Amino acid sequence: MKSPRFPDTIKEVSKPSNFCPGCGHSIILKELGSLMADMKIEKKTVFAIDIGCSLLAWDYYDVDTFQTHHGRTTATAVGMKRANPDAIILAYMGDGGGYAIGLQNLIHACYRNENIAVILVNNTMFSMTGGQMAPTTLPGEVTASTPDGVFTEDKPFYGPEMLARIAHDGAYIARAAISNPGQTQSYVKNAIQNQIDGKGFSFVEILSYCPTNWKTNAADTIKFLEEMKKTFPVGEIKK
Amino acid sequence: MATQTKTNTVLMTGNQAVVKAALAVGADMFSGYPITPTTEILQEWAKEAENNKDLIFLQTEDEPAAGFVMIGGVSMGKKAWTATAGVGNVLMQDPLSMAEAMRMPVVTYIGQRGGPSTGTVVYSQQELNLTRMGGNGEGLRIVYAPCSLQELYDLTIKAFNTAWKYRFPTFILSDGYLAKSYGEVDLWDVKKSDIVPTESAFLNPKTSPNNIRNCFSQEPELYDQLLKDFDDFAKMSEEVAESETLGDKKSQILVCAWGVVANSAKTAIEELQSQGISVKLFRPITMRPFPAEALQKAAEGVTDILITESANGQFGRIVRETLYGVSEAEIHRLYKPAMGVMPEEIQTRIKEIKK
Repeated sequence: MKSPRFPDTIKEVSKPSNFCPGCGHSIILKELGSLMADMKIEKKTVFAIDIGCSLLAWDYYDVDTFQTHHGRTTATAVGMKRANPDAIILAYMGDGGGYAIGLQNLIHACYRNENIAVILVNNTMFSMTGGQMAPTTLPGEVTASTPDGVFTEDKPFYGPEMLARIAHDGAYIARAAISNPGQTQSYVKNAIQNQIDGKGFSFVEILSYCPTNWKTNAADTIKFLEEMKKTFPVGEIKK
Repeated sequence: MATQTKTNTVLMTGNQAVVKAALAVGADMFSGYPITPTTEILQEWAKEAENNKDLIFLQTEDEPAAGFVMIGGVSMGKKAWTATAGVGNVLMQDPLSMAEAMRMPVVTYIGQRGGPSTGTVVYSQQELNLTRMGGNGEGLRIVYAPCSLQELYDLTIKAFNTAWKYRFPTFILSDGYLAKSYGEVDLWDVKKSDIVPTESAFLNPKTSPNNIRNCFSQEPELYDQLLKDFDDFAKMSEEVAESETLGDKKSQILVCAWGVVANSAKTAIEELQSQGISVKLFRPITMRPFPAEALQKAAEGVTDILITESANGQFGRIVRETLYGVSEAEIHRLYKPAMGVMPEEIQTRIKEIKK
């Protein structure tokens, strides 16, 4: 018997999941699982995931899931969608996978208006490897590879804003924050619907928690995310 | 082996023959990035796709993207393939390593170029190690090495069927010289029933929901997977390993060569034969799995072995390892990395050995 609080999309035998306590992935994946069930798309969807913390989602769902290589989820998703345009293809990755090693693939998928939905989880660092600097690391933020903090006048990497500059008409680009799960779910839903409608590239960045590598308690984790929101404005950037 | 049906002889390049073969055996998706000497594969496929809406074509932003698009296509049930060369082959190891781990039946055509680095673009057999063993694993791959335009066509057809039958990444390991050669090719049709079918890994009532991965959290999980793969590879090898031995079977001199260099060696031993000098030639057709038993048999009673290749011993090491403890023949080397090997050079060396 599955718990009534969880939708059928969520695989019971792999729970509890291997994500750290307090990790944002668990919240995002639960929201997405509910969304796939609500939209009745779980039998039409393939969930492609990256390496990094997102790899732990490989058996999270009773939905087809394809764990790929670091940074290569977007390209794999492109191949899947082109091979089967009726399928709904979701690509799931972290900020390291999407904005560092996989940026070339991400930019070109957007530039070609590939009809896939990309969900990118931004926690300002490479977390699976122990919290190194990522393109999204905030000015002054201490990470494992910037022990004195990133002291730069430069702004961190604004992925959605950058993609919006090259996106085609019909593309959907937004930034959500996990502190507002309802809004996150609605943006992801818009992205998936955009793909179903055949309008092209859809992208949602989700600002997310990493208490393990932020080295924060519950209160400070929430505070850190509020700081992130000041740097990375939440909202629909292109629709 | 697919039965040959209606044949149509056409004048074409090696690269064109490969595209015709892929079409004949049911390939329906190609993703690639331009690189000499395999760019014509991409161009020819683009032309074919222009006229046939059932064919999918994507020119990607780089080689890894081409490889992962191919894998994405294969996972959804397409017969997808790619073509690359040299440093593109280096980059392609990222997706190919994943295909190897996840037992994805992908086909990659390699037009070897001189290396290391950007190197040159015509003669080379220097991508042998990379193609056979590339990636951070054990080289669970199948590598066909054509030596002529006709074999480019025949072995490409075979490569697709082998890939989908055994589910190991499969290669047609050619080179710039063969890719750009121009000549007659017999284009034979493949019977539908001889084409190994493909199946989608996802959205398939038989297997969905299917969760597949390449990252393991426990060492024994990966170890058990590898043992199973090794077992499958060994069984496949018995059925797939292929070679030919030509010339005077009783000769005490054996030439070992592969690919276009073997073609050169064929000419050389024919010429020597007409001069009354008897020589035999061993040519592997699959570079992996390597036809070890056939080589050991060819080396029986042989006193001298001449290994020749357009590389500095990549092939020679396989030959010597295979014959270690089996043959006491003296080893002679004609290694010309990133250079062609002419029949006359082989003849001269054989005559020196005879002295």
